[in-house]
Amino acid sequence: MLKKITFVILALAMTLPVLTSCGGGGGAQVIKIGLDIPMTGDIAYVGTQSKRAAEMRVAEVNDAGGLDVGGKKYTIELIIEDNESKAESATAAATKLITQDGVLAIVGPQSSKQAVPTGEVCNENETPMISPWSTNPNTTLNRPWVFRACFLDPFQGPVIANFVTNEFGFTKAAVLYDVASDYPKGLAENFRDAWEKLHGPGSVVAFESFTTGDTDFSAQLTKIKGTDAEVLFTPQYYNEVPLIVKQAHELGLTQVIVGSDSWGDPKTLELCGDACEGLFFSTHYAAEGATGATKEFIDAYEAKYGETPGDVAALTWDAMGILLQAIQNTGGLTGDLAKDRAAVKDALGQIKDYDGITGKMTFTPEGDPIKCAVIVQIKNGKFNFYDQACP
Amino acid sequence: MGLDIFLQHFLNALQWGSFYALIALGYTMVYGVLLLINFAHGDIFMVGAYIGFFIATFLLGIGGNSFAIPSWLILTLTILGSMVLTSGVGLTIERVAYRPLRERGANRLYVVITALMIGLFLEYLNLSLLGAADRGFPELIQTDVYTVGGVSFTNVKLIVIGLSVIVMVALEVFLRRTKIGMAMRAISYDKVAVPLMGVPMNAIIAATFVIGSSLAALAGIMYGSAYHVLSFDMGILIGWKAFIAAVVGGIGEVRGAMVGGFLLGFIEIFVVALGQVPGFEWLSSTYRDLVAFTVLLVILTVKPTGLFGVARRQKV
Repeated sequence: MLKKITFVILALAMTLPVLTSCGGGGGAQVIKIGLDIPMTGDIAYVGTQSKRAAEMRVAEVNDAGGLDVGGKKYTIELIIEDNESKAESATAAATKLITQDGVLAIVGPQSSKQAVPTGEVCNENETPMISPWSTNPNTTLNRPWVFRACFLDPFQGPVIANFVTNEFGFTKAAVLYDVASDYPKGLAENFRDAWEKLHGPGSVVAFESFTTGDTDFSAQLTKIKGTDAEVLFTPQYYNEVPLIVKQAHELGLTQVIVGSDSWGDPKTLELCGDACEGLFFSTHYAAEGATGATKEFIDAYEAKYGETPGDVAALTWDAMGILLQAIQNTGGLTGDLAKDRAAVKDALGQIKDYDGITGKMTFTPEGDPIKCAVIVQIKNGKFNFYDQACP
Repeated sequence: MGLDIFLQHFLNALQWGSFYALIALGYTMVYGVLLLINFAHGDIFMVGAYIGFFIATFLLGIGGNSFAIPSWLILTLTILGSMVLTSGVGLTIERVAYRPLRERGANRLYVVITALMIGLFLEYLNLSLLGAADRGFPELIQTDVYTVGGVSFTNVKLIVIGLSVIVMVALEVFLRRTKIGMAMRAISYDKVAVPLMGVPMNAIIAATFVIGSSLAALAGIMYGSAYHVLSFDMGILIGWKAFIAAVVGGIGEVRGAMVGGFLLGFIEIFVVALGQVPGFEWLSSTYRDLVAFTVLLVILTVKPTGLFGVARRQKV
């Protein structure tokens, strides 16, 4: 017993310097935010964009004199850890940020591969985490301390169903998807359920599948041609979309073809060419044709880095924004890291109608945002913002 | 299912079956001569498509600069060039990987395993040299869509089907009417006596690989023209299925490979099509491969040597 108490005291004593360094330092108060992103490895470009967006956001706040929390001004300090695009490095980076650097909250990691295990680390260490980009439901599932800034995969089904119904007034739909891959399969089923909810049972007149690696879809497409479907939904990846779209044209299909965010790869445009012109899909954000705050962000980013920001940059910008908003909403920080982290977590859970550049967000109890998706139209060989669509 | 939809499925099946048949021919010819299942053959198909891609891109690049080459010439040059170079790859594989084993009297099992490894080698060589990104095959033939009485088809589809039929007829004539063709058939009939009659074994084997690889190259280019997307693993699945088609047709039998290839194409397409017939709505396209391979299994159970195969006594 005595040993345990000494241990606790020791442990407390060890965390004390961290706390004092956080709260002390004279006039300038500092809030530390950790960034767990892939600066190297196979998705290094994702990390580069995240870093730029986060730094822009922090600079904006600090240049304006810092963040006002409960009447006190705080300077934001960004601590960037490279997770090397690996799951194990991402958890190690999170542990370091939480225990050594004593950050108030973590933004990142970006891809689900790293975000799912890192979510567990943050949840156990009771530190708020927001993943800007991870769409896998498991990242936030049963983890009250973990949030995300993007919508989940299943969410796009209803969004696309609504969009097609409102835009074209169609009532009959066909679906073509890869039955052996989680993402398309889940999305195809979500779309079918949402569509049948809107137009009644039997309104999805063809629900056709293939398996990963198939390249000939002529049988399924001919079958769809023989139905009275008005729209074809195919939530496939960039290597399959051109095949499906071109074969559909060659078989004389007249249905409008729509897709999901997996279409949003520049490779789709390259491989599909003219065949994809005019088609629609749902996604997080579109740079072409953006307006308002989104446009301002894109312009600022382009001016600074000479490149168009991708969706991961926009979502990181929003994740940082939500976090800063939540810190402000706590109404004041105590300087006790554990208490402050809990306060930030509670404030995050209560965020309502946050006006982000990727849409308005409200968090569900699971830590997933309810937000609108962007509908993109492929026009002149570019992804063009077309409309917003809400569930 | 109306007649137009039926005809549409029929055309689709002809095109899809053409690819299986062309690739199955390569499996069956090598097996006929060497009793070797050349599992690298699906990847030779991939190599043929990529070589075609590079030749076509190169020729189109020249045309764009100074003097334009007519598109029919580009197509012909691409097909011929790819056939020659892919034959070279096939020959090299035979010379480097299979012949040394054969000459040392290695068990056929080892050669089959070597073939599997060569296949993986070709895939990952492509992956490391060219990266994982898919390539768009240049449009050598301007794709035109025609619709007659509700049936839509493209000129590419007709060319694919037409070329396959011509090539298969030519191959059949070659095997029946020429000396090399006769030697091939003779070797597949008796591997001991025929070389003693003065037939150059290695030359005939080389000729087999040249023909098989050329057909794979042709299939690769037509595949690129019809489906437009190339990837490093494009030969795996189609190669396996073509092999199964060759077995169902009776491996070693050239006619068997053609029939087996078209049969598999037709079964795959019409299993999906059957879901449109009243009473079969439960048959979703998810069951396609399951049903297709059940049918093939039944065929093999009834006729284990394949449709055209003849049981041969193994001398022990």
